[in-house]
Amino acid sequence: MVDRNKIEQIIFEAIEDLNFQRPQEDQLKKSEDTVLFGYSGQLDSLGLVDLVLAVEQKITEKLDKVVTLADEKAMSQKKSPFRTVGFLAEYICQLLEEEKDG
Amino acid sequence: MDKNRVILITGTRKGIGNYLSRYYTEKGDQVIGCSRKPLKSQLPNYHHFCLDVSDEKCVKELFVELYKAYHHLDVLINNAGIASMNHALLTPLATVRKIFETNYFGTFLFCREAAKLMRKNNFGRIVNFTTVAVPLKLEGEAVYASSKSAIETLTRVLAREFGADNITVNAIGPTPVKTDLINSLSEKKLTALIQRQAINRYGELRDISNVIDFFLRPESDFVTGQVIYLGGI
Repeated sequence: MVDRNKIEQIIFEAIEDLNFQRPQEDQLKKSEDTVLFGYSGQLDSLGLVDLVLAVEQKITEKLDKVVTLADEKAMSQKKSPFRTVGFLAEYICQLLEEEKDG
Repeated sequence: MDKNRVILITGTRKGIGNYLSRYYTEKGDQVIGCSRKPLKSQLPNYHHFCLDVSDEKCVKELFVELYKAYHHLDVLINNAGIASMNHALLTPLATVRKIFETNYFGTFLFCREAAKLMRKNNFGRIVNFTTVAVPLKLEGEAVYASSKSAIETLTRVLAREFGADNITVNAIGPTPVKTDLINSLSEKKLTALIQRQAINRYGELRDISNVIDFFLRPESDFVTGQVIYLGGI
């Protein structure tokens, strides 16, 4: 079973990295409910690229797993995994579980 | 850019890719190469991966290993390519798929993964391979040439997408060079092709490294989205 808290922690660390480059008034909150992308989301498309790459990189470094977050499956989900931090964490857990099951 | 650059070259087992891996290791660069099969002989400052360039999982794993070992990437040279010279009416769809997988999908995957690494350092040079068959619109090369046309467009668009990260993306279009890739072409056809060049001779391997060296020069940081054909096409 993939530890969801660990995944959330990884996303929070990626958010911290991103916040270094963002102005004070645009800082992303490290919360499950933070809206990332889409209507009233805090990231534009390049911001989303930065976040996705930072999360992928941290997953490789910390869990020794290689994941592609922006794949066809992610793009075709009814509930976009990039909508909130919580949805993203859920999607990553699902990807890692599927990888474990082969 | 470091004096000892980390350079990734695809398709290094033979032909132009093999020459480039020797050329850059001799210059003192660290070269990472790949091809489906292992190299016949080992080189100093060279690390080889066996993979299919269109296999996304394997490509991602190569970049993870590269990051672990070197922590950055300066240059990507997307040389891997296959050709099929045949009339369109005699070309099976499976051949079209195979050519696009290696030439276009492979180039795309390596550009994408390389740029992820390069943007960390706010520096990178990507050189893709096209062909003179694109501007010459050579009969019998519809699929090969169109896969390279796609690479030219990819090069121009990526130059814009990656420009903000100081990553340049350019392409070289060699004339026929005596490698395995042109083995299936008749001497008559090759001679006719060479007659359409401004300078009527076969390309040499050094002609190719010369253009790549130009793209890699520190002073070429304002040169991006360009396609240079050899021979005066």
